Amino acid sequence: MTTSKETEVKVGYKSPIVMGSIGLLTLVFLGLLGRDGMVAFEISRRTDSLQLPTLDIDSSLLGVLSGLAMFALAGFSFSKAIKNLKTPIWVSIVFGLVGVTALLGWLAAEKSVPIAFIAGTALVLAVPIILGAMAGIMSERVGITNIAIEGQLLTGAFMAAVVSSITGNFLFGIIAAMVTSALLSMILAVFSIKFLAQQIIVGVVLNVLVIGVTNFLYQQWLTEDAENVNFPGTMDIIKIPVLSDIPLLGPVFFENRITVFFAILIVPTIWFVLFKTRLGLRARAVGEHPLAADTVGINVGRTRFWWVTIGGSIAGLGGAALTIGNAGAFGREMSGGFGFIALAVVILGRWNPIYASLAALLFGFSIIMRVWANQVSPGIPTDFITMVPYVVTIIAVVGFVGKSRPPKALAVPYVKG
Amino acid sequence: MSEINKADNTMPQVMREIFSGGLVRTVISILLGFLVGALFMIGSNKEFIESLGYIFARPGDALGAAFAVVNEGYGALFRGAIYNADAETFEKAIRPLTETLRLGAPLIAAGLGIGLTFRVGLFNIGGTGQLIFGMIFATFVATRLELPFVLHMVVALIAGIVGAALLGAFVGFLKARTGAHEVILTIMMNYIALYFFTFLMRDPALLQETRASGNPKADAAAETALLPKLLGDNYSLHWGLIFALLAVVVFWWLMERSTIGYRLRMVGFNPDAARAAGINVEKTYILAMALSAGFVGVAAANQTLGTAIGVTPSSHANIGFDAITVALLGGSSGPGILLAGLLFGAFKAGAPSMQVFGVSPEVLGIVQGAIVLFIAAPPLIRAIFRLPKPQTTNALEAIRKRIFTRGGGSK
Repeated sequence: MTTSKETEVKVGYKSPIVMGSIGLLTLVFLGLLGRDGMVAFEISRRTDSLQLPTLDIDSSLLGVLSGLAMFALAGFSFSKAIKNLKTPIWVSIVFGLVGVTALLGWLAAEKSVPIAFIAGTALVLAVPIILGAMAGIMSERVGITNIAIEGQLLTGAFMAAVVSSITGNFLFGIIAAMVTSALLSMILAVFSIKFLAQQIIVGVVLNVLVIGVTNFLYQQWLTEDAENVNFPGTMDIIKIPVLSDIPLLGPVFFENRITVFFAILIVPTIWFVLFKTRLGLRARAVGEHPLAADTVGINVGRTRFWWVTIGGSIAGLGGAALTIGNAGAFGREMSGGFGFIALAVVILGRWNPIYASLAALLFGFSIIMRVWANQVSPGIPTDFITMVPYVVTIIAVVGFVGKSRPPKALAVPYVKG
Repeated sequence: MSEINKADNTMPQVMREIFSGGLVRTVISILLGFLVGALFMIGSNKEFIESLGYIFARPGDALGAAFAVVNEGYGALFRGAIYNADAETFEKAIRPLTETLRLGAPLIAAGLGIGLTFRVGLFNIGGTGQLIFGMIFATFVATRLELPFVLHMVVALIAGIVGAALLGAFVGFLKARTGAHEVILTIMMNYIALYFFTFLMRDPALLQETRASGNPKADAAAETALLPKLLGDNYSLHWGLIFALLAVVVFWWLMERSTIGYRLRMVGFNPDAARAAGINVEKTYILAMALSAGFVGVAAANQTLGTAIGVTPSSHANIGFDAITVALLGGSSGPGILLAGLLFGAFKAGAPSMQVFGVSPEVLGIVQGAIVLFIAAPPLIRAIFRLPKPQTTNALEAIRKRIFTRGGGSK
């Protein structure tokens, strides 16, 4: 990880080149060679009291326009690169949004795009990823690699479903999910801090263990007695008065289950604590240079232990979002790789809670787009759409879209000298 | 006389060395893993839970129920994975063992691959992706080419190895060039490979079976490409085992005897020192990832050519991930991985038999996870059992020398 290349100050032209190439692909394949037919973007849902007209545009025209917009953004990035400045993050975000719009328009030629439904579902799907990524950020910022997010999510999902079913109270389910997941994270923390075990190995092993335990209990217990222990249902959807009536934004953000609201609140909170408080400064110091932190009197081991543990409890909440926040029951290995996606999101978001959440939304979009594309345009190979976020992650880690630099002391055990 | 005295003096030190060594720790970890599994079986057993209600009145019931469920569960595992004494004939009784060998073979081959990266100080979490790439290449050769018997199989095997190695080399290249972490790269590649494979199996012009059913599935491998049965048609055991054993030999020679292995181990031991000694560390990373994936490719060929049914997106059977646990338990050494692969192969072979006896075979996942958890933290096991710390003395080596070197020991 520590190569001499980290110190280079030259920004280079990788970002504009990548953006320009994607723009060209969009222009040609979604635009010039795209599909004919009008696309109707539905801003309001059909059930909304306030109905806004749909935005209609020709599918291939939208592709051309999107491609040109992407060129413009690539040009802007180029102009920055000439001055040896990094491409601002908002450019990447706008670029991503334009790309998603073009793809939606391409898929839905001669059909309509229910924006609120797609964006809302993407958010709900992204919540476990977002919360899992928060666990990743919190432990990696203090220098502990967390490969066990998958296990933390699965633990939370299992406990939330079982405890909610038995007690009939979702709050107990959420608490149980958070506590159990935190306990699991303590194993990771203790093994890494006290036993100096290889953090990546402990993480992988914890995943294996949690998958084993939940599979066993699911088979032996939950399927036998599903009505009593695995039938929690989902939490009620809460409508926030006034705010939920705003077109588009209302249904997407303010008409959700409590797990989504938690996620929306937790992300800025972690960002604030991490970057604006003394607590966060200390945590980051531990992750960047534990020896220096120790020298000024910060207890490295304790800091690492608590950040990893609290991070784990947040991932547990993410697990609860899978069961009582979405599916309504626990299923075998239902986290299905969300924990690994969260890991990718941590890196894509450069260990920043806000950016990571945006990256998580990208994955949420790709999941719902695959489902939706199968309905709206059957026969289109959706495997490539599903692949996009993973490819983007690789492009990001190899340093084409702005080098993402992990905390310096990541995965390095600290032994007090 | 003096010889014997000397030996007596060194005995405690020798014991200390034995008990601090990896073998004792591994055995303890395996036993503890089975113990954890037993606790889960007992804790979820209905008779046991009912007997808890009157445990103080008749504690024998609870103990009896606990013993019965563990006996039944692990007994079924033994009958399903090693030897079934209830079978009518010896041929049928020994069948479970051949299944263990069959299912263990790909775990061994892939485990070697993952173990190789551990020795170089890398983490290859991408066994699944590399396995899938190997399967893509092997499936292409096995279903789309026409070659004579044996040659077809060999070409398909090589294709599997090459396909996997290409993906591995690509990851190694990205790491060497950009410094990106191989863990992230390999995890992402797992998904990309899986979706790419699924895509290929959706299109009849590519890899989908000729009688396309709409589901992603490939044709069965041509008969000329199938791995021949090893023990006749009564057993499903095929040549995959031989290739896995060959892989162990190649791995051992590569790591312990060859110059390449020396270089790999040196980089794993201390990359900075290796660089100072003139080793091209970046190139070594690429080579290590390619070799690692190449071993995984043997498992890929095994999955593709081992059965007469066409592969599907789930044919990777999670071997890429299981291989990590195999490599950990096997201590990244050839013989260790061989034994570890057989143990976890036995778990796979014994699972259906446990199911028949009403014990959820999923408990084996817990055993597997617990074993490697204990393996992953040597200080934990040492603390629990008060084992001595690793010894830097060579009392054991001295005795070994005295036994094995004629006359050399007296020196």
